[in-house]
Amino acid sequence: MEFNSNKAIYLQIADTICDKILSGELKPEDRIPSVREYGATIGVNPNTVMRTYEKLTSEGVIFNKRGIGYFISPEARDIVLENDRKEFLEVELPAVLRKMELLGLDPDVLLSKSDLII
Amino acid sequence: MIEISDLAFSYGNNLVLKGISTTLEEGKIYGLLGENGVGKTTLLTLLCGLKKVQSGRILTDGENPFDRSASLLEKQYYLPDEVAPVNMRAGKFAREQGAFRKDYDHDKFLSLMEEFENDPSRKMSQMSAGQLKKTYLSFAIACNCKYLFLDEPTNGLDIPSKSQFRNAILKYTSDDSTIVISTHQVKDLENIIDPVIILDRRDVLLNASLQEIEEKLFFDYGNVLHPESLYSEQLPGGFIQVYPNKEGKESKTDIEALFNATHAHKDIIKGLFKK
Repeated sequence: MEFNSNKAIYLQIADTICDKILSGELKPEDRIPSVREYGATIGVNPNTVMRTYEKLTSEGVIFNKRGIGYFISPEARDIVLENDRKEFLEVELPAVLRKMELLGLDPDVLLSKSDLII
Repeated sequence: MIEISDLAFSYGNNLVLKGISTTLEEGKIYGLLGENGVGKTTLLTLLCGLKKVQSGRILTDGENPFDRSASLLEKQYYLPDEVAPVNMRAGKFAREQGAFRKDYDHDKFLSLMEEFENDPSRKMSQMSAGQLKKTYLSFAIACNCKYLFLDEPTNGLDIPSKSQFRNAILKYTSDDSTIVISTHQVKDLENIIDPVIILDRRDVLLNASLQEIEEKLFFDYGNVLHPESLYSEQLPGGFIQVYPNKEGKESKTDIEALFNATHAHKDIIKGLFKK
């Protein structure tokens, strides 16, 4: 796994898992690998993966069955969607709007480009 | 657990280590960093009992490693930077040496050799430096020791072997082992070492987990210099700089920048991490 952005590694791993939940690759009740297994697969210290799992557990995206492992929670998709929407509206969109202002682009341009995403 | 307290060591009149105190816990992969000549190798040889502590003490699970008790020796393995090109096939060497070690697992040795794309039927004296190193690394990990001390393990390894090494360490060592890796090649090991120890001649400047480091310091990859910057370096796309993380922001530790910031501002860093 390549980590090239300057985001903390444990957050990048969390993003990867959340993306898989949104895409449907990971479904409710699916078991995710143990901290060590996952660490070995992606070449990352188990402590770092533990931080990811702790964060996702506290958000309710995954849950721990003692002695068995970590699983995707039934409401994971809704939680991830809500978090990502919030992140988009509060962080990513304002950045895009600032950049548009810098480039002298009218926000209406967005509407004319909306066919690109469909 | 290894407890080091007020350790000092000198070679004749040449004082190498002084006033070293720190603790190494179970289940962690420590990265031992320090400039040339600060005594990283000396510290490792003291930890595994090859040298005698001159003042202060080391206690590994309550025992002094220099007593070289069988109960402690069977729990630890030290792999030096330079290893002997024995005139023997790697598989035979490992099996014979492994016979002396309680928890040695020959199948694991063979799996590791395969992981490293290394041929156990080759004579070690005919191997390249990197292949030889990988044979010893496979053996070291296959000994299943609770304490594993590796001195510059990625020296001489080619590019694919470096990621094979990372995976081997993560996949084949147990949850409760303590691994200490001394290295200058921090980029080789960036994502697998946690905590980080930065050693200085007269001091342990830092012994902290990445989580603590990221709570206390902010690693900024932007293009505006911060007034409190402890270290900054010009990169093609801007700066990498390190400053105290006063707003509790999230960032990714860059170990080289951390090392340089620590060396430029020893007292500030020590103050920030004081417990």
